[in-house]
Amino acid sequence: MKSLMLGNEAVARGLYEAGCGFVSSYPGTPSTEITETIAKYKEVYAEWAPNEKVAMEAAFGASLSGTRSFCGMKHVGLNVAADPLFTISYTGVNAGMIIAVADDPGMHSSQNEQDSRHYAIAAKLPMLEPADSAEAKEFTMLAYEISEKFDAPVLIKMCTRVAHSQSIVESGERNEIEAKKYEKCIEKYVMMPGMAKRRHPIIEERTKKLIEFAETSSVNRVEAGKDKSMGIITSSTCYQYVKEVFGDKYPVLKLGMINPMPVEKIKRFAAEVEKVVIVEELDGIIEAHCNNIGVEVKGKEIFGCIGEFSQNIIAEKLGAEVDEGARLNENVPARPPVMCAGCPHRGLFYTLKKNKLNVMGDIGCYTLGAVAPLAAIDSTICMGASVSGLHGFNKAGNMADKTVAVIGDSTFMHSGVTGLINVAYNESNSTVIILDNSITGMTGHQQNPTTGFNLKGDPATKIDLESLCRAVGIKRVRVVDPYNLKECDDVIKEEVAAEEPSVVISRRPCALLKYVKHPGPITAKSDKCVGCKACMKIGCPAISIVNGKATIDNTLCTGCGVCTQLCKFGVLGAKEEN
Amino acid sequence: MKTKNIMIVGVGGQGTLLASKLLGKLLLTKGYDVKVSEVHGMSQRGGSVVTYVRYGEKVYSPIIDKGEADFILSFEMLEAARWTEYLAKDGMILTNTQQVNPMPVITGAAEYPEELEKKIADLGIKLDAFDALALAEQAGSSKAVNIVLLGRLSKYFDFTMDEWMQAIETSVPPKFLEMNKKAFLLGRE
Repeated sequence: MKSLMLGNEAVARGLYEAGCGFVSSYPGTPSTEITETIAKYKEVYAEWAPNEKVAMEAAFGASLSGTRSFCGMKHVGLNVAADPLFTISYTGVNAGMIIAVADDPGMHSSQNEQDSRHYAIAAKLPMLEPADSAEAKEFTMLAYEISEKFDAPVLIKMCTRVAHSQSIVESGERNEIEAKKYEKCIEKYVMMPGMAKRRHPIIEERTKKLIEFAETSSVNRVEAGKDKSMGIITSSTCYQYVKEVFGDKYPVLKLGMINPMPVEKIKRFAAEVEKVVIVEELDGIIEAHCNNIGVEVKGKEIFGCIGEFSQNIIAEKLGAEVDEGARLNENVPARPPVMCAGCPHRGLFYTLKKNKLNVMGDIGCYTLGAVAPLAAIDSTICMGASVSGLHGFNKAGNMADKTVAVIGDSTFMHSGVTGLINVAYNESNSTVIILDNSITGMTGHQQNPTTGFNLKGDPATKIDLESLCRAVGIKRVRVVDPYNLKECDDVIKEEVAAEEPSVVISRRPCALLKYVKHPGPITAKSDKCVGCKACMKIGCPAISIVNGKATIDNTLCTGCGVCTQLCKFGVLGAKEEN
Repeated sequence: MKTKNIMIVGVGGQGTLLASKLLGKLLLTKGYDVKVSEVHGMSQRGGSVVTYVRYGEKVYSPIIDKGEADFILSFEMLEAARWTEYLAKDGMILTNTQQVNPMPVITGAAEYPEELEKKIADLGIKLDAFDALALAEQAGSSKAVNIVLLGRLSKYFDFTMDEWMQAIETSVPPKFLEMNKKAFLLGRE
């Protein structure tokens, strides 16, 4: 059956059809839908792990036991999982194992635009790079064959435009795979120096065999072109842009396998054309390989290494015509993402700003607390960095009474708890605020260990945040309702003043969760409004000043009541009050 | 045939994704090669969002670039103004006239431009601007703006009513089906 699938859905379909039996992942845009989709197949066990390292190690364990396994993550998630990655390259697999990593060139929803292809080279692992959904499925199925044939976990590299574009996929039947027998093999799976020293040469030999595969496999294909004045080597979504602009004008070498890359195939391709141009987003990985094997190419000096490409960028840089539409001669204000109306984070960030606190931020919807008018966040680095960073800031500096960390429930479980252990163990006078909105929000509502449900939607063990914080040695653990500004203000003042570590749990479920019932829009008595704009300090998209008076957008307002606590003139209030 | 391009633009949360998915399904049943591109994650939180629908004999790029869009289906006036350069020479903008203030306007750092309809039309762009929100509310829910807009778009395509209705049936929950059908017809009128 033919249907439209996201690249991510197609990876999931490939996993399903190839007989994958175990999936463990951590959500991260643009990778999340792979695991959400595979969870719908009852034949496949699938779970959200607390973080990517745990997910990859679990997937490795499943492979070791004899079941085809998978883990998926975004590019920065692979940094977290890099530790097992480099060593499972040495051990190899029992049943096939696939790791999908989704890059985000252009940073639609990420904190950096690192190029994950470096990891495949550094960890000496095969990496396939599909260019659309049909290839995403095909390459996923091929990846299990490569994994088992060459005894290596295989990386599938996605990017936003492949992961989040729907294109046509032909679905097939599931191929039930009999589990492989588990056999104890200390020399292969116990990576202590004596064993690892014997494994490393095996890995180098494996790479040579993979290069032979890359020379002959149809994943790396040459598409003929009449005009030999230029040949283009490309991969992934860049291949689509190249074909969009030039059709079959120039010969194209499309690489589906990005590590290891072929040598002779590239040399032969280069010999047939007058010059070779490399079209690849982010870093010059293909270009560096060509340079290494003595093939003269141009790439990054034409295209640079920043952001996403598009058909117009390729056309402009390679001298083809581009016809743009008319631009409005008008200052069109930007529309940055904002915290939703009714978001429980808003009241908490208002309190932090009001108390002029330094705020170590973290990764999630609440990163939007850095946006004006709240502008309440001082730093955002990576998952968990708020808590560990706060510890260092407070130990080295002298601002513990003016500084806090904020971290979401899912991010806290991911890697915040280890930082909190450091706060307790090495005794910094730190105040950590856990923004517990009972869901993993930014990636689109995934369950996590604090929500009481698993990926399949079944009830699961719910980690109790208060008990966990106390168990690691935090004596002061407080819970506040972020809709209650006075309570937030009182408790945060007390906790930053306290001469010992503390945790404040700001608890209120995400306003977008279906089970959350809102009281409904408040009303604004505009005749009473003096235009003081106190209500504008919280950056709520439902409040505007029209003709100097506060007005409420009924389509957005949930009735959370945070603004009503700021209005001293009785303008804003629940319907029955007004 | 030359690849056709439809850009769907709006504000995160307005239901642009459903509109692009519905169009994609319909075009697939008509036998076209189809690509639909979305952006998930942070930009969905009330930010400016854009999805691309492309169809034809063979579609390569998943995105629509400047000067390529045959139609821009806009859920909000400012968003219609933001993307005019993406329109092809003989392209057309269909837009909801609703105004949703972005945060810089709310905070007073910027102003919502006036007379956008006129300014867009002055560029020589074919423009069909109407109050889709009012029609959606008339149909029963402000959330049906996406289906109202698709109804308006349907006037420019020669797909049958049955084909559109089937696409709606496979895209919206059964309990909202009648309301959405009504919204579609109001948009199409």
